[in-house]
Amino acid sequence: MADLSVKIGSLELKNPVMTASGTFGYGKEFEDFINLEELGGIIVKGTTLNHREGNAYPRMVETPSGMLNCVGLQNKGVDYFCNHIYPEIKDINTNMIVNVSGSTVEDYVATAERINELEKIPAIELNISCPNVKSGGMAFGVTNEGASEVVKAVRKVYKKTLIVKLSPNVTDIASIAKAVEASGADSVSLINTLMGMVIDIEKQVPMLSINTGGLSGPAIRPVAVRMVWQVAKSVKIPIVGLGGIMNAHDAIEFFMAGASAIEIGTANFIDPAVTIKVKKGINDWLDSHGCKSILDIVGSLKDN
Amino acid sequence: MKKYILDLKVVENSSPHPRYCLLKLTQNSELPEMLPGQFAEIRIDGSKNTFLRRPISINYVDYERNEVWFLVAKVGEGTKTLAEVQSGRTVNVILPLGNGFTPLSSPKQKILLVGGGVGIAPLLYYGKCINDLGAKPTFLLGAKSACDLLELDYFHELGTVYTTTEDGSMGEKGFVTQHSILNQIRFDRISACGPKPMMISVARYAKAAGIECEVSLENKMACGVGACLCCVENTTEGHKCVCKDGPVFNINDLLWQI
Repeated sequence: MADLSVKIGSLELKNPVMTASGTFGYGKEFEDFINLEELGGIIVKGTTLNHREGNAYPRMVETPSGMLNCVGLQNKGVDYFCNHIYPEIKDINTNMIVNVSGSTVEDYVATAERINELEKIPAIELNISCPNVKSGGMAFGVTNEGASEVVKAVRKVYKKTLIVKLSPNVTDIASIAKAVEASGADSVSLINTLMGMVIDIEKQVPMLSINTGGLSGPAIRPVAVRMVWQVAKSVKIPIVGLGGIMNAHDAIEFFMAGASAIEIGTANFIDPAVTIKVKKGINDWLDSHGCKSILDIVGSLKDN
Repeated sequence: MKKYILDLKVVENSSPHPRYCLLKLTQNSELPEMLPGQFAEIRIDGSKNTFLRRPISINYVDYERNEVWFLVAKVGEGTKTLAEVQSGRTVNVILPLGNGFTPLSSPKQKILLVGGGVGIAPLLYYGKCINDLGAKPTFLLGAKSACDLLELDYFHELGTVYTTTEDGSMGEKGFVTQHSILNQIRFDRISACGPKPMMISVARYAKAAGIECEVSLENKMACGVGACLCCVENTTEGHKCVCKDGPVFNINDLLWQI
């Protein structure tokens, strides 16, 4: 049995397997299938200052080895989260992490401040990379200045572990990661979805209500691995890798590329128990390769 | 209700019609309790271009034979692949999902179950459950043509069956909402499943007549458990997940223009 524990800033994970925001609800949706406490962390649905209805239906279309979504951060707002959802999830014995999103810097700050007060939430994942909202969201994540501005402002009010989720819809993700690191982030998670589009050729209209959506699933995994590898060479803070992980093999690619932990997203839709299988598979691989700890393979890649 | 991920064995996979398959699944241990109107997310193995599971409504549960049935319309690669699965193989399913139809409050209630096309599927099990309460449901089933009206023998065993076909090859010619039975009997409740235009016209009829009515929706979904928020329907309380808060909704809760 290898040691699977890792640290993300001051955040201690019993193992490096977490769930990606927007794919796992608030965890409760999956408790019939797995013991939630076996996970390293659960990153709950994106939370904003105010209630958001999200985008109109249709919000999803299946694609080769993946899917596009344009949910648009539907959630009941941070007050509802604090008053109604937090009491339901706070005693789950794993890291319950809140994904925080907003339309303005002030929104991000106000939301992070509220979450900072919640004793059993040890970290937030700052979402500066949602491609499905009109203002804010990804707009902050595509320039060094925008990313710095929002991370600096949140850092001032948020005292616990601050993970910043990066967009792949940029020219140079490593420079964004560096800007985020310099602005006080404890960690970066990458990648969010890649913007895409599918067209109904009979009706000559896009398949999604807002025309475009975010592509997830194994289709994007090679892009995600490449970006984790590039970012790992550029920053010293720990990296959380995600993008199309379906099994332990996929997860191990991310560790070798430089991720200290991983998130599983779309795969939960195909197999709601996939997270536990990935955790076991990582352990089995480490055991069979004589590794005592997951840290043995974090960034172990030898470039050609 | 607790949800399960199960590897079920194919007892039989037949094609009652070139465009449909009837998949009967079992397992050694007892199948979990399922309610009429609930559905399963079925994993599609061996299909090159599909990725997600397919949500399929529960057609029938035979607890004596320990079988669950799915009546599947072959609409795309996923469902076509499912139609090819041979007896003896296993199919991975997550069930039971969603809320299901409202149970009958009294055996005296006169209930009309309206189905269109493959939307008749959940009405068979619903009819069986109504039958078990000592009541006799009335079925009004519509399709394009006589050959599209499936499982009629089973429906006849459970209640009174009326049919419509668009080409007039069976029952009354036209749509379900044009059937003369609607002018002859005053029903206490209507439950409908089928293409959206059909359900909207059933809802319109029910609303005008002041009859309680619920409909089963089939919005495109990914997770099936209320996590991804992709399959939402607009309701009086905002966006709700068809997979978790539905698939069955009271028409008064929907924002349909009826």
